[in-house]
Amino acid sequence: MKIKSLDPRITRAKIDENTQEGVLNPMDHFQTYEVFEQKKRGTHHCHVGSVHAPSAEMAIIFAKEQYTRRGQCVNLWVVKTSDVMVTEYLDSDIFETTETKSYRDPNSYKVMDRIKAFKERQTEL
Amino acid sequence: MYGNTYIENSEKQNKLTANEDPKKLAEFEARIAAGDKIEPHDWMPAEYRKQLVRMIEQHAHSEIIGSLPEGTWITRAPGFRRKLALMAKVQDEVGHAQLLYSAAETLGKSREDMLNDLIKGNSKYSNVFNYPALTWADSAVIAWLIDAGAIVNQLANSKGSYGPYVRALERICAEESFHLKYGHDNVVFLATGTPKQREMVQEALTRWWPPIMHFFGPSDKLSVHTEVLMRWKVKMGSNDDMRQTFLDMYVPKIWDLGLTLPDPNLKKNEETGKWDYTEPDWDEFKRVINGDGPCNKERLAVRRMAEEKGRWVRQAILKKDSQYVAPLS
Repeated sequence: MKIKSLDPRITRAKIDENTQEGVLNPMDHFQTYEVFEQKKRGTHHCHVGSVHAPSAEMAIIFAKEQYTRRGQCVNLWVVKTSDVMVTEYLDSDIFETTETKSYRDPNSYKVMDRIKAFKERQTEL
Repeated sequence: MYGNTYIENSEKQNKLTANEDPKKLAEFEARIAAGDKIEPHDWMPAEYRKQLVRMIEQHAHSEIIGSLPEGTWITRAPGFRRKLALMAKVQDEVGHAQLLYSAAETLGKSREDMLNDLIKGNSKYSNVFNYPALTWADSAVIAWLIDAGAIVNQLANSKGSYGPYVRALERICAEESFHLKYGHDNVVFLATGTPKQREMVQEALTRWWPPIMHFFGPSDKLSVHTEVLMRWKVKMGSNDDMRQTFLDMYVPKIWDLGLTLPDPNLKKNEETGKWDYTEPDWDEFKRVINGDGPCNKERLAVRRMAEEKGRWVRQAILKKDSQYVAPLS
């Protein structure tokens, strides 16, 4: 039986109520691309999510529809998910810093103490 | 819009975590208790993964199926501005489905498998969309109150523990603030209009009230299972709590317009601070969610048609060397 819908577009499509077609096969919805958005010039591109697309060109079109419907965007990047190399959260100790690296910390340089002591010694002389 | 979920409550706790490594489980629970998020490749209990896939997938299905009753009125929206706004809203809903499918994919289920489970009727979507939008006023009531209910759910879930779902929900909630305003604007326009317009919106509200009360799902059984899912921040509040929050926020706004709701027992109980209401008809809820509602067949048939008619286009543009990997986050 063909569907009679409140939506005239669906009635016009003459859809069979009991059709069992439509089942999807693997890759029917393509591979994924990761999307990076730059909100304004001078700022970093930031990762905002992913899209499914057959090519980078289509990924840009989908990313524009998906991620830039609101607010500001001046530039988009897409990159195949399979091309992204990522670290494991399990290995996140590689990012830990230690006390022995305090030479990288501006607060570890205390010149004022030394200058003050030096000046005190000068006046004593 | 539309995130309400039906968690299966059948399993016992010892079954839930029996096969899990106790040390890993303890670390996992400690991370969540500390307010930290779980990310796709982290260790997680099988039950956590299973329930999240089920929940996010149902949410995604609800978005694409939900755009059908609303889309019903695009061709006959009263005025060009409303037509544009409705198209924008429906586009948002379909976009939200995409975000949610991606979040679920990070847990290991492909988009094709999720869509197949939808069109074969193996997985659920929000029951409200098995009801028809009979008039323009119905689409206004959906845009205001179903979206309002969904926002209550989604704001709660956006405090959950799974990173990709939380990120998707944050974007979704931000976009839906327009839906709520748009829906309210449409309802107010009718409710402050001619007697005919008032009658139209009142009838739509009366029709939609039972599905709206169903929207948050039946009272949760106080089960060990629910307790575990709440501890894991998969489920963020009981169905009754969500329903109470919704009633608290919206019943006064509805009454303020001089509209009535078809439940003589609906009132705020001054002693308990909670809303009293007539228990919704959960037999009808179960009947409809299991396939026997006014629009179930149409909704799925339209979905199957969309996949089938788009197939040749997708095949024409598919590149032979494509290789699927799950999205990063």
